[in-house]
Amino acid sequence: MTTPLIEASETVDAIAAPTRPRRGWRSPSLIVGSVLLLVVLALALVSLVWTPYGLDQADPAARLAGPSAQHWAGTDRLGRDQFTQLMLGARTAVWIGVSSVAVAFALGTPLGLLAAAAGRLVDDAVAGVIDIVIAFPTLLLAMLLVTVYGASTTVAISAIGIGVSAEVARLARISASRVFTQDYVLAARTCGTSTPVILIRHVLPNIWHTLLVQATLAFGVAVIAEASLSYLGLGTPPPAPSWGRMLQEAQSTVGVAPWNVLLPGLAVAVAVVGVNLLGDGLREIGDPQLRTRRRATGR
Amino acid sequence: MTVLETSGLTITLDGEPLVRDVGFELAARDRVGLIGESGSGKSLTALALLGLLPAGMRASGRILIDGRDYLDAPDRQWRRVRGRTVSIVFQEPLTALDPLMPVGRQIAGPLRLHHGLNRSDAERRAIEWCDRVHLPDPARLVRALPHEISGGQRQRVALAMALACRPRVLIADEPTTALDVTVQAQILTLLDELIEETGVALLFISHDLPVVAGLARQLLVMRDGRLVESGPVDDVLRRPRSDYGRQLVASAARVTRLARPGSVSGTGGEDR
Repeated sequence: MTTPLIEASETVDAIAAPTRPRRGWRSPSLIVGSVLLLVVLALALVSLVWTPYGLDQADPAARLAGPSAQHWAGTDRLGRDQFTQLMLGARTAVWIGVSSVAVAFALGTPLGLLAAAAGRLVDDAVAGVIDIVIAFPTLLLAMLLVTVYGASTTVAISAIGIGVSAEVARLARISASRVFTQDYVLAARTCGTSTPVILIRHVLPNIWHTLLVQATLAFGVAVIAEASLSYLGLGTPPPAPSWGRMLQEAQSTVGVAPWNVLLPGLAVAVAVVGVNLLGDGLREIGDPQLRTRRRATGR
Repeated sequence: MTVLETSGLTITLDGEPLVRDVGFELAARDRVGLIGESGSGKSLTALALLGLLPAGMRASGRILIDGRDYLDAPDRQWRRVRGRTVSIVFQEPLTALDPLMPVGRQIAGPLRLHHGLNRSDAERRAIEWCDRVHLPDPARLVRALPHEISGGQRQRVALAMALACRPRVLIADEPTTALDVTVQAQILTLLDELIEETGVALLFISHDLPVVAGLARQLLVMRDGRLVESGPVDDVLRRPRSDYGRQLVASAARVTRLARPGSVSGTGGEDR
């Protein structure tokens, strides 16, 4: 459904370029957020082809060493290179973040749209389900699933995805209901357009930006959830590396090697802050509501 | 031949009647004005004629389109009528157009739906229609977004959208109320031209008596959900039979006098 949006921006450029505020693309939050996120993505991507050391390559002589030319981020208590683990942890975080956001949107968007488009009974039922899932903490849900199915990446992704999908469904439902009350939807109905076609032609293009912003926030939530689960030993099982488990393994030696706690923590913070700033920047640019308001006040 | 006929049309919300026992008919080339103050049920009547009453409201009576009663018809059947036999133009053209869709695609939408045209044919027809409603540079304008064109141009787009599938009834629900006076005159002239050309029957809804009187031949006056007056425009204006009709004609005359150049400009605040 990107077609109308792309066409839209082209038309704007062609006809109203001088009056349209373009500073949105240069907003600090967008730039800083993109840079932070790119750092994490770069670490994850490079780890696919190269890491300084092998994951299991331990150097017993250099246990709990501080950052140096050999070990950029120091070593853990077994003498394993921490930078290697940070890179591989970035891969895990991005993979779980993206997958669980995908799961959340695959579940949440259709549910929210259905609630908005259907009659009152269905809407109330869906709203009830959403409230229950939101009230149920994602971590608790994850623990429950792990207890039943055992710790695995798939279980972590499902648990985080289901937990986040409730927020997505709620937002999709609210945004879509707002669009459904607009005159242009009524106008489309008076032309004989059916509800599914209205959803695709009018509703989705008008809530797409809001959902995109929500996706960036959801990615941040997912990264934190993954780190928390791994910290508790409920996330990605070893040997796959994870920032959360790095934190957990380093906490007993925090007095000797504080950087082993600081660096994975910093990695989580960079990913989450980056994606949140990116989301803020995108909201400024993209939200059709904000755009409309700017347009209205600009006249 | 009668295209649209309604009788005993009553609209209720939670058992409370909002529109009571309204009836009239529209044949090709008819021009009927429906006038009344806000809240008198004009717009609800219009929505009922398209089967699009807001949730919770119920209509009873009869709505015959081409002799068939659609009152309780399922949405699937209504959809075949909407835009193809009966069309509507709303008051506020900015909100009636999707802010993110180029206007050409919005005009093309009903054409693709009802006439099964493909994308390029529909777009060509959209350009033709932009030309027919006298929009400047149609080939370029169809790619514009609603906020990039003026209010009057938007209403022309809305008219093109409503007439694109050659409906036989056009309901115009206060189509000029949101426009300033000069643009209003242009849109009324265009409307006049288009209904002459296409032979579409017009139901013109307004609270503005002079505007309605200029365009319509028949007049319906509504108040508190009832029809209080109906007949040829001249008859209703010269010999209003109801109290409300007399008040309406008198206040319209007073406003016209006040608005005449040279006279002391009136407050205009007193409507009735």
